[in-house]
Amino acid sequence: MSDGGQAHRRSSDQADTQAEEHAPVEGEGATAREVVDDVDELLDEIDDVLEENAEEFVRGYVQKGGQ
Amino acid sequence: MSTPKYVGVETEYGITVDGPNPVNPVLASSMVVGAYRAAGDDDVRWDHTDESPQRDARVGTVPEPGEPMIDDELGLANTVLTNGARFYVDHAHPEYATPECTNARDLVVWDRAGELILADAAERAAASLPAGSRVLIHKNNTDGKGAAYGTHENYLVPRTVPFGRLTRQLLPFFVSRPLYTGAGRIGSELDGRVGFQLTQRADFFEVEVGLETTLKRPLMNTRDEPHADPERYRRLHVINGDANLCEVATFLKVGTMLLLLDAIEDDALPAVPVLAEPVAAFHAVSHDLTARVELPLEDGGTITPLALQRWYLDAVRRYVKDRDQPLDATGEEVLTRWEAVLATAEEDPRLLAGQVDWATKLELLEGYRARHGLEWTSDRLKMVDLQYHDVRRDKGLYHRLAARGRIERLVGDDEVAAAVRTPPEDTRAWFRGECIRRFRSQVVAAGWDALILDPGQDSLQRVPMMEPGRGTRVQVGALLDEVEDVAGLLARLRA
Repeated sequence: MSDGGQAHRRSSDQADTQAEEHAPVEGEGATAREVVDDVDELLDEIDDVLEENAEEFVRGYVQKGGQ
Repeated sequence: MSTPKYVGVETEYGITVDGPNPVNPVLASSMVVGAYRAAGDDDVRWDHTDESPQRDARVGTVPEPGEPMIDDELGLANTVLTNGARFYVDHAHPEYATPECTNARDLVVWDRAGELILADAAERAAASLPAGSRVLIHKNNTDGKGAAYGTHENYLVPRTVPFGRLTRQLLPFFVSRPLYTGAGRIGSELDGRVGFQLTQRADFFEVEVGLETTLKRPLMNTRDEPHADPERYRRLHVINGDANLCEVATFLKVGTMLLLLDAIEDDALPAVPVLAEPVAAFHAVSHDLTARVELPLEDGGTITPLALQRWYLDAVRRYVKDRDQPLDATGEEVLTRWEAVLATAEEDPRLLAGQVDWATKLELLEGYRARHGLEWTSDRLKMVDLQYHDVRRDKGLYHRLAARGRIERLVGDDEVAAAVRTPPEDTRAWFRGECIRRFRSQVVAAGWDALILDPGQDSLQRVPMMEPGRGTRVQVGALLDEVEDVAGLLARLRA
C-alpha cells in the first residue's frame, strides 16, 4: 500500500519504546493509576451495557459445533 | 533463501437470534451473509471448481470419510466481496475469510474489516426479522457448553518443504503460543477445577496430526488444498488458534508464524525440543495462567511454555541474522513485539492486559468478580466473558475498553474501514476484488484461484489465478484502468 511504509515506521517506533521500557503497555503515557481507573470506570458502567437478563442469556447461549 | 509467504485467516463467528420467533442458526447465518450487500449490488457467487478438502498432506494416507458437504451445495449464502474476502455460511456460522495478505500487519487490517462486515450484516439481517428481533454476533470460538467453532490460519508454503519437518518443528510452537494467541474463557471442557484458562480452543483438541476439523481435532491439520498451483505450493491449515480481538495478538499470531515458516523452509532451526505428549501439554498450557507449567520432554526433562517461546524467538533471531535476506519493517516489528511480550510474561503474564485477549478479559473478569463477590461458575460472570467478544462497538466489552484507550492498537480505524471495500494491493486478491468492484454484473463466480467471467458472447471464460503473487495493483492496475468491460479485459489478457 502506498502509505504502508510510513505506518510501519510509526508502529516500529512505538514498539521500540515499549521494548526498552520492558513495561506492560497501558496506552500512551498512562500511569498504573489511570489504568486501574479505566477498568474501574468500565466496571461502573458494565451493568448498564451487559445484556438484560444476563444469566438467562448465558444459559441460552448454545452454538452448533463448527470446524 | 526463503520464498514470499501468503496468509489468510477464516473465522466462524458465533451467532444468536434473540426475538419473538426462534430462528435456526443455519438460516440465521444465511440471512446475515445474504443481508450484506454493497448498496444495489448483486452477489458474486463462489467458484468451487478447485476445492478438495479431503486432500491430505501426508503422502499415501487415505482421507477419512465424514467431512460435511460444502454448505452452498445446500443452497446457502456464499459470496465474494470487493475486498477480496469470502463471506459465507459454514457449519451453522457466518464465516469471513480474509483476502490473501503478504504480511501480519495487512492481515490485522483485513481481519478487523471482517468484524465491521459482520456487525453491519447482523444489523441488516435483524431488520428483516419480526419487530423486536436482534441478531448478535460474537467473535469467539466456543459456547462454553461443548461446542467449538474455528478460526483457521492459512499459510502458503513451498511444496518442497516436507510436511514431516513442518509437523516436528511446529508442534511445540503451537503448544506454547497461547500466551499471546489465547482469547481466554471461563471454565473447561476437561477439568472442573479450572476457573479461567488461556484459550477457547485447547480443550477441543484430541490428536497430534490429522485431517479432521470438526471432531478428533488435531494440533497439526493435514488438509492439503493450496488454492494455488499444487506443484509449487502446499497450504498449511492451522486450526488450533483462537479468534483474537486484540490487534497485538493477531499480529503476533500470524507474524511469528510467517517468520518461523521462512526458517523452517530454509531448514535453519536447530534440533527442536520434543514434547512427550503435545496434546496433553496443549491442555496444560491453556489451564496454567503463569506460563510456567513444566511440560514433559521426550528425553525425560521438562520445559515451560515461556522457555519454549524463548527458544523459538532466539532461533528465529539467529536465522534472520544469518540469512542473506534483509528483514522488512513488519518482520522487525514482529521480533520486537515478540520479545516485549515474552519479557512482560517473564515478569507476570497478567501484565499483558491491553495487548492480548486472555489477559485483557481476565483483568475485567477479576475486577467484576471482586466487586460483586462472584464465583467463576456465576452465569453473570460468564455474560461478561461472552460479551467481551460482541462485535457491536457500543456493546462489546473489548470495544468499550478500546474506546477508553485501554487496548493497544496497531492499525487505524480509517484503514480498517477502507479495507471493508478495498483489497490488499500486493496479492491476487487485488485482481479479484477490483474485477468484482468494476465489472460485478459480468463476474459470474469467483474463487481463490479463478474468476469466471461473462463477456456477453457465447460462452463463459474462466481466468485461472494459480499464483497468489500475480494480479497485484502494480501488475494489473493500469490494464484494468484501460479496459471498459470484461470482453476488453479478456482481450488484453489473451494478447
